[in-house]
Amino acid sequence: MRRIDISPLVWQVLRRHLIIFGRNWKVNISFNFFEPLLYIAALGMGLGAYVKPMEGLPYLNFLAPGLVASSAMFATSYECTYGTFVRMEFQKTFQAMVATPVSMDDVITAEILYGAFKSTLYGSVILVVILVLGLVSSPWALLVPPVLAVAGLLFAELSMLWTGLVPNIDNFNYFFSLIMTPLFLFSGVFFPLSGLPRLVREAAWLSPLYHLVNLVRSLVLGQINPGLAWEFIWLLALAVAIFPLPLYLMRRLVIK
Amino acid sequence: MTEKDIIVAENLTKEYNGKTAVNGINFRVRARECFGFLGPNGAGKTTTVNMIYCFSPVTAGRLTVLGLDVREHPREIKSRLGVVPQENNLDPDLRVLQNLLVYASYFRIPAAVARERAMELLAFFDLDDRTQEKVDRLSGGMKRRLTIARALINNPALVILDEPTTGLDPQARHLVWQRLRRLKERGVTLVLTTHYLEEAGQLCDRLVIMDRGEILEEGGPGELLAKHIGREVVEVGGSDTGNRIGANPGQNGPAMASGRDEKATALPARTIEARNEKHQPPSDWETLVLSRVNHLLRGHLMVGDNLFLFPRESGQELLQALQAQPVHFFHLLLRPATLEDVFLKLTGRGLTA
Repeated sequence: MRRIDISPLVWQVLRRHLIIFGRNWKVNISFNFFEPLLYIAALGMGLGAYVKPMEGLPYLNFLAPGLVASSAMFATSYECTYGTFVRMEFQKTFQAMVATPVSMDDVITAEILYGAFKSTLYGSVILVVILVLGLVSSPWALLVPPVLAVAGLLFAELSMLWTGLVPNIDNFNYFFSLIMTPLFLFSGVFFPLSGLPRLVREAAWLSPLYHLVNLVRSLVLGQINPGLAWEFIWLLALAVAIFPLPLYLMRRLVIK
Repeated sequence: MTEKDIIVAENLTKEYNGKTAVNGINFRVRARECFGFLGPNGAGKTTTVNMIYCFSPVTAGRLTVLGLDVREHPREIKSRLGVVPQENNLDPDLRVLQNLLVYASYFRIPAAVARERAMELLAFFDLDDRTQEKVDRLSGGMKRRLTIARALINNPALVILDEPTTGLDPQARHLVWQRLRRLKERGVTLVLTTHYLEEAGQLCDRLVIMDRGEILEEGGPGELLAKHIGREVVEVGGSDTGNRIGANPGQNGPAMASGRDEKATALPARTIEARNEKHQPPSDWETLVLSRVNHLLRGHLMVGDNLFLFPRESGQELLQALQAQPVHFFHLLLRPATLEDVFLKLTGRGLTA
């Protein structure tokens, strides 16, 4: 594969995204904010009243940290599928950028960083909400944002892989129903995987969300153990390892 | 390569998806000139300029821009170029002024400098009262001017304009042309692609005519006209007397169509003849016209039903000679020669074909 061509201009492209985010953030945040709140209300408080404690916790306390993780995942996934696609295909923003000293790798790296920014921000907002609701019980929760950032990189890259492989706005629905929804349901957000068949539990190890949920929940509850370091390293290593792939695919897509 | 050559292309070739879009072309663009790529859609003009601004990788051959190889130094080249792409790709999420400021940041232009330059450019392009407008609210002509302003934010040595006025109304087009001429006066080298002959004639010092990935001809607009056409063209529309040249016009009545169709006889004569022509051998009126005025011609061209005659001396003389013929033409017109005539002569096809 060709040499990767990244320069500090990545920050200028990222700055462009942040300028626009800064103008629309109220609309954006409230949209992504609303859905986790509905889950907290309906499942945590409503259904939770009928559910027996999970891993020794009231259901609301079990569920809330999981929603921090899933909000982070969804925020990034939308940005790096629909958002990226609109910029690339409809607005031709990428084409305009690469007519300047900015390279295509700069553009896509900035997209990935912007995706990670959204994970960090949106996950942290939900973290603050559950803090206010009294569902955070440990100062270890301060480590949640950096963990969200690393997981955000990974989610951004994975979403961008889909965008690079299936560049069609109608097919993003498949991404969400075939990949994101199963991840959301079977990564330990709503229930511990210990009760599921062994195969499912082992498959869950491949899910980035599963590790993020474990990390966030443990940090929020102060249940620190050495296994968490491995989960973090797994997310980080995967994010580093697949980084060249979306660059390659997106370049192939735009540059003819 | 001399210092004056801003772009040098040698055997430049571009293939994609198994097709050859640009087939081994050679050209040089000199400093401070306006150089045009003229040709129909699909001729390879856009592909060529995409390679110049380091967007599309070169398949084969050599291409240097501002003395640098496009394969080795894309960032350096792009930092000194301005690009106006065929499709407006202004940032719709940003306002007018912000479009320029953010674009300037991609060139690492300090914010204060960028703001000053952006205000100058907006004034130059008559957009200084729209700095806070949303880009989507601008008219087509304004968007185009803003796109050109954006391309100038880094004080480029070379500006590439891909179909700069396609889709604009005539007034907006003339405004863009005026501004481009003023840029040229300031010493900016311009490269433009167009399928508007008038645009090439108005702006270009030199141009190449491209078709199907190859360069057919190269020269100044006047030079090309003088070489291939001359100053004037007489257009002759197909004679309604068909192959009966010499017959007195007006004597062809419905009787010509007799016996073919009861209903047809009720139709106006010309309609019937048009139908009948399908069943008749091709008319050779043009051969007859040519034989009569041949001594006045330096060349001719058949374009569909029209005959284009290139007068040897005076167009007026030729026109009078044609009018003296006992033939009724649909259409008889003396007009100045244009680059379209050159293109037609070289390819046998129109530019919009």
